[in-house]
Amino acid sequence: MKRVDDFQERRKHLENLSDKQLYDRFWGLVEQIVQPLADLAYTHTSPAIERSVLLRMGFSSLEAKPIVEYGTKWNLLGKGMGNVVLTYAKLKNVDYLKAGEQLSKGIGWNLVIENMKAGEKND
Amino acid sequence: MTKKLKENEKLNIKEILKDLDKYEPKWRGWHWREPYPEGKVGEFTYREISKPLKKSQPLPAARSFENIDPQPKAIITTEIASGRFEDDLRRMRMAAWHGADHLMVIRTAGQSHIDGLIEGTPEGVGGVPITRKEVRATRKAIDMIEEEVGRKINFHSYVSGVAGPDIAVMFAEEGVNGAHQDPQYNILYRNINMFRSFVDAAVAKGIMSWAGMLQIDGAHNANATAMKGYNVMPELMVQHAINAKFSEMVGMKPENIALSTVPPTSAPAPCMRYDLPYAVALRDLFDKYKMRAQMNTRYIESCEREAIVSHTLNLLISALTSVDIQSTITPDEGRNVPWHYNNIHAVNTAKQALIAMDGLKDMVEIKKTGPLPEKVRELKERAVLFLEEIIEIGGYFKAVDSGFFVDSGLYPERNGDGIARKMDGGDAVDTIVKREKNYFAPVCAHFGYNNVPDNYDKPCDTINKCTLCDHSKIKYIDELDENDNVLKRMETVEDDGTVVPEVQWSKDGYVKVTLFLPENEQISEAAALEIGRRMNLKEVEVIHKQVMQKAEGTLVEIKGVVDFKPVQRDKLVLPKRRKVLSDKIMRDYVKEHPVKVVAATVGEDEHSVGLREIIDIKHGGVEKFGIETIYLGTSCPVEKLVEAAIESKAQAVLCSTIITHNDVHIKNMQKLHDLCVEKGVRDKLILVSGGTQITDDIAKEHGMDAGFGRGSNGTDVASFVIKKLMGLNADLEE
Repeated sequence: MKRVDDFQERRKHLENLSDKQLYDRFWGLVEQIVQPLADLAYTHTSPAIERSVLLRMGFSSLEAKPIVEYGTKWNLLGKGMGNVVLTYAKLKNVDYLKAGEQLSKGIGWNLVIENMKAGEKND
Repeated sequence: MTKKLKENEKLNIKEILKDLDKYEPKWRGWHWREPYPEGKVGEFTYREISKPLKKSQPLPAARSFENIDPQPKAIITTEIASGRFEDDLRRMRMAAWHGADHLMVIRTAGQSHIDGLIEGTPEGVGGVPITRKEVRATRKAIDMIEEEVGRKINFHSYVSGVAGPDIAVMFAEEGVNGAHQDPQYNILYRNINMFRSFVDAAVAKGIMSWAGMLQIDGAHNANATAMKGYNVMPELMVQHAINAKFSEMVGMKPENIALSTVPPTSAPAPCMRYDLPYAVALRDLFDKYKMRAQMNTRYIESCEREAIVSHTLNLLISALTSVDIQSTITPDEGRNVPWHYNNIHAVNTAKQALIAMDGLKDMVEIKKTGPLPEKVRELKERAVLFLEEIIEIGGYFKAVDSGFFVDSGLYPERNGDGIARKMDGGDAVDTIVKREKNYFAPVCAHFGYNNVPDNYDKPCDTINKCTLCDHSKIKYIDELDENDNVLKRMETVEDDGTVVPEVQWSKDGYVKVTLFLPENEQISEAAALEIGRRMNLKEVEVIHKQVMQKAEGTLVEIKGVVDFKPVQRDKLVLPKRRKVLSDKIMRDYVKEHPVKVVAATVGEDEHSVGLREIIDIKHGGVEKFGIETIYLGTSCPVEKLVEAAIESKAQAVLCSTIITHNDVHIKNMQKLHDLCVEKGVRDKLILVSGGTQITDDIAKEHGMDAGFGRGSNGTDVASFVIKKLMGLNADLEE
């Protein structure tokens, strides 16, 4: 978009604001813009976020990556991949680190899908 | 445990790389410099300095000020990333000694688009691949360096790209103290999908908050990118605000949020009229947050002198307004990836200027009426109008989609050249997923909805601690590539007793040659390249050229790699450094046996600074040991000096000279000796000469007992004279 500088025209409603009022207006508008972004982040996750969860659980980056890739494929990210690993560990009655290692190698996903009612396969 | 560094020994990189799998950071969070309210350093009292360092390298001019090294209040940043982190560690130590306490590592090209962590220590391009091993080794080296200089050092890199949360976790675990984090940077400059960028950013920021890391935003890039960098001022404020407020909303403390501010323009624009009001407007609006003052890079060219002047003017803005973290840009940034010594120059530019302007605001005030506050108000209003239009169009994402940002018009003017990114486009598009009702992440510091089972106090109780609560749970990966790694690189540059110049990597062999050629630009450039090759340089490149006058000549700077048989360290003839007596032995001797010397600058020479330093008690000269000095001043005839020595029954003559045409300084030394022989006093007098161009050998060849050149001090001279009087071997070397 091209537009000439119409600052004098546009600023009329700001002209009479005190510096304090202008400051408050600035931050009020910023909050209005940013709130939906924070809300979006609160309710969503992503492959990187799920990898970061697995890293914090003590998996290596080499394990976290395939676990999340399988999770994406089976539409399981919305449950939390840490949750998926813990569920599988419980089903197999093994330590969760061992369970994650298996999942990272592609082992055990059928059992996970049966029990976690995952969505359709995401090809 | 790490070993203590010794100031005369190099960092042992191999030692640092050992046992990294067990290394834990010593501290987390951010460190601000400690206040030093008494402000007394040397003979001066400062108003705005921080606690002095235990060990440091002062500014060159400190030689005339008792070698003091006052440290500004603001943290000083330097960016070090040559592509080989093992070489960067040595540069970090040099920078720390000069007063840098915020070491920033730029990432290798393309890391933003790598979906996951990189491991090992591969070589980078224009930066370093940020990996756990690289970060851990660097933090370990910095832990040793901070112990050595006596001040905590902040280590910093980037939490961005499509692996932001992964990197944030690794940084929190490994004790990285600060990071750039700004989803707008991902979107605008890396074309990563906007939804993904904000969703990832919230989690990354949450993890950074847990570790108390300081965050710097990416707004300054709009200035560095826009066609007219100085017109984006209203937008810069909008970008700062979006990231700052978003960070706060997801849990970051305002004191850990720093704005990456930059003076937006440079001369020949009347830059103060833009930069100062902009800086004031920012500090008014963002009073809750910290100011990280960056130097301008948008208008940097290959002239180092010009860059340093621009940067010094940027420092004036910092001094007149406020600065919490003073970032520095190396003067060679416009030519190449920064060289070792240019990081040091940049750090010193900041230290020198900030110390020089200590207390400036006690004398000079920013005007509260007139063009400055008018411009400040105007900028704020323009920023408010920008925000209003974002809301009007339907919010942030819509605004980005419509090319609102990085437009070179001074808002509300629009030039239609902004960076537009599509909501349904960019790298990693369609990858965010809604968290379901039973979403559960069994770890700490996790932003967002988390359905933690009721019977647990904190989420990681379910896994018996996460890595943030138990460092030993981290799975450390050493190397993945058996060829591209640090040990392989170091094998090629093992110490073999040779001395090779370097600018960034061990034994890279680069040198710079400055040439003035009395030719036009075109001929000068071609001639400079040819001259470089004839000087036995390989890979010769012109790194700077500047016309002095179209016909009269051109300044050309070239770089090239040296191509001759390397110099052997143990074959070098080193200049003499005599062993000196202890202060106590000298004082005790002089008390028992009074010592008198006569001193003067001889010939037609009005310089007195060097000799005064050798004599005066204030500068640690010979008087400090009780030696009586008869000072005859400057331009003293040799005859007068000898007469005074005889008359006063002095035991020694101190004769200062500077380099002169026709070797007058050498003739004067000879004359002093000859005259003493003639008067029959040569064996009773110790004759000592000094000056910047004097060496011990030259002096001795011309009848002196000793010569003292550049870098000598009163202790060296006193010790020589006293040893002679004691009948000891005064020439014994260290």
